[in-house]
Amino acid sequence: MAEKTLMKGNEALAEGAVRAGCRFFAGYPITPQNEVPEYMSWRLPQEGGFFIQAESEVAAINMLFGAASTGIRVMTSSSSPGISLKQEGISYCAGADLPIFYANVVRGGPGLGNIAPAQSDYFQATRGGGHGDYRVFVMAPNSVSEMANFPKRCYDVAFKYRVPSMILADGILGQMMEPVEFDFEPVDPSSFPEPDWAIGGDASGRERRVVKSYDLRPGRLEEWNKERAKRFERIEAEEVDWDGEGLDDCELLITSYGSCSRISKSAVKMAREDGLPVGLLRPITLYPFPKKAYQDLAKRVKNILVVEMSLGQFIEDVQLSVLGKVPIHFHGRPAGGIPTAEEIYDIVRKIMGK
Amino acid sequence: MPSKGKIEVDIVRCKGCELCILACPQDVLALSDTFSASGYYPAYMKNPENCTGCALCAIACPDVAITVWKEERKGDLING
Amino acid sequence: MKIVFEKTNGLTEVPMRYCPGCGHGVAHRLVAEVMEELGVTKRTVAVVPVGCSVFMDEYVNCDGIQGAHGRGPAIATGIKRSKPETVVISYQGDGDLASIGMAETIHSASRSENITIIFINNAIYGMTGGQMAPTTILGMRTTTSPAGRRAEINGFPIPMCELLSSLEGASYLARAALDKPAHIIRAKKYIKKAFETQIKGKGFSMVELLSPCPTDWGMTPKDAVERIRQEMIPRYPLGVFRDWEAEEKAKKEEKAAV
Repeated sequence: MAEKTLMKGNEALAEGAVRAGCRFFAGYPITPQNEVPEYMSWRLPQEGGFFIQAESEVAAINMLFGAASTGIRVMTSSSSPGISLKQEGISYCAGADLPIFYANVVRGGPGLGNIAPAQSDYFQATRGGGHGDYRVFVMAPNSVSEMANFPKRCYDVAFKYRVPSMILADGILGQMMEPVEFDFEPVDPSSFPEPDWAIGGDASGRERRVVKSYDLRPGRLEEWNKERAKRFERIEAEEVDWDGEGLDDCELLITSYGSCSRISKSAVKMAREDGLPVGLLRPITLYPFPKKAYQDLAKRVKNILVVEMSLGQFIEDVQLSVLGKVPIHFHGRPAGGIPTAEEIYDIVRKIMGK
Repeated sequence: MPSKGKIEVDIVRCKGCELCILACPQDVLALSDTFSASGYYPAYMKNPENCTGCALCAIACPDVAITVWKEERKGDLING
Repeated sequence: MKIVFEKTNGLTEVPMRYCPGCGHGVAHRLVAEVMEELGVTKRTVAVVPVGCSVFMDEYVNCDGIQGAHGRGPAIATGIKRSKPETVVISYQGDGDLASIGMAETIHSASRSENITIIFINNAIYGMTGGQMAPTTILGMRTTTSPAGRRAEINGFPIPMCELLSSLEGASYLARAALDKPAHIIRAKKYIKKAFETQIKGKGFSMVELLSPCPTDWGMTPKDAVERIRQEMIPRYPLGVFRDWEAEEKAKKEEKAAV
């Protein structure tokens, strides 16, 4: 399957989810993610799946809660204000140990904000987002190909650990077109055994099952939460992913995620052309965060420059990883501001005194 | 004349709400004057000879605490 | 003598923890008996709401799912569309169905979602301690309308069957009361018809049950059922509001007459 197809980011995301076995999508229109529900509305029926345009984001996530309880692969997508509305339902999915997959094609905020790309929903994505103690497995693609290929990994993790999973994208990734190469064969979800927690259908021959997130018995909810926390510990140990370049000899480390990491990569290239030892670390999973990669680099590099399209959210995870061992510099552009490679490189030169 | 029906009240379920007493057209039921393990005064058959086995008490009971027996007759339905 | 009334296998052995005289117990029994009589207990999912009946999943002998306040119809939609062979019921109170979840209620009805809603209307928020509900009748005292509900402050109570009856997708709508055996027997007939509506794939069905909440009404169970007769039924008349079968029949007769 080395064949490359030119696709728009949002469509690649939708097609990637379908190939990964998604058979239920509930959504609500919001820019800049509209191509996802539009694509699903004709694509899912081709695979015997079901698409529904819900009356609100709130209804959409609760339809997902219901559909996920039957053990199938489900998806919703939205953009920032819509994802805020979905947080209650995501918390219920986490609380009921239901695997779901969703995408946030982030736009400028807060409030209605604008429809320009942004990375200002980092806190919401990586800290769980809704109420209660839980996390969400978060992947941050930086190309249309990754938009297409990451849904499969999100589903695999979501079902392995029974947790919500998501892709944190932005308006750039959703709207741009690039050649896409799928790195996996389409999955046939009918070949999966039915999970032993799924409800509905013919229940003869098994005990009745209940999907819920509450437990009023003293101490039980605490135990349940601790058991879930252990699954997140395993995710932190086993599912971290990141990549980078120029890490072997860099003195200054630039770090960015998502579309911003593409821009930072250009700045690294400019620096290298001028002979400056600059590298890039790019987290692919935002939760779990690649703490160890930062800790190892903090022993060697002299400075770290965090570049993100927000006023400083991702930087806090870098700070928490490095724990003050290296000076951390920051360049952030909020609410639709997109850093240029040139402005990043200017900052690099200032830090390095060149 | 022997009664045509009888009931049995599950005193674990009964909460003494008296809706069965209200529903009974034959004045069969009353609340006991000793309370149950659940802390309620459960219903009992004060006038068992009057019971016709009509099951109206069981239909009104919010706690499904009443089982009803009736003399066999053709065409009777279970649970109304 | 033979048994003419006993606890249905559609209910579990767990005694219900509702207050004395609460209508939920009767409603649960009717749903459970209908599941058993139609032989669908093993393929039914009950979507249980936030409120006193959040424990319903412990009492009914089918699969269950407990979701967010007001979202029952959306959750039911997700289950039904994923596994259409499932009989899906959404059991909801008045705050759940007619206030926070009004959008989900109306849109599931307008889509003629093939689900069944059991709507418990006791005109009050029970579990939170007796606050005013969207269906609280004018003049009724609650903890958030201590002087009685007044239209100029709180607006008017919402009659859900009447409201939904204008929607094309609402295939079966009926309202019964749980105040006395005759009404309870009628309620069961309505619930059975609602289940049959879903099993035959005829679309959205809802049965509204006027139900007593003696504790939060500050009444004895006897006075509470009397209130249903005196105050609720006049505001919320009983009967069938939409019936796909009667409407299909009427259409056929109309055609034949032409």
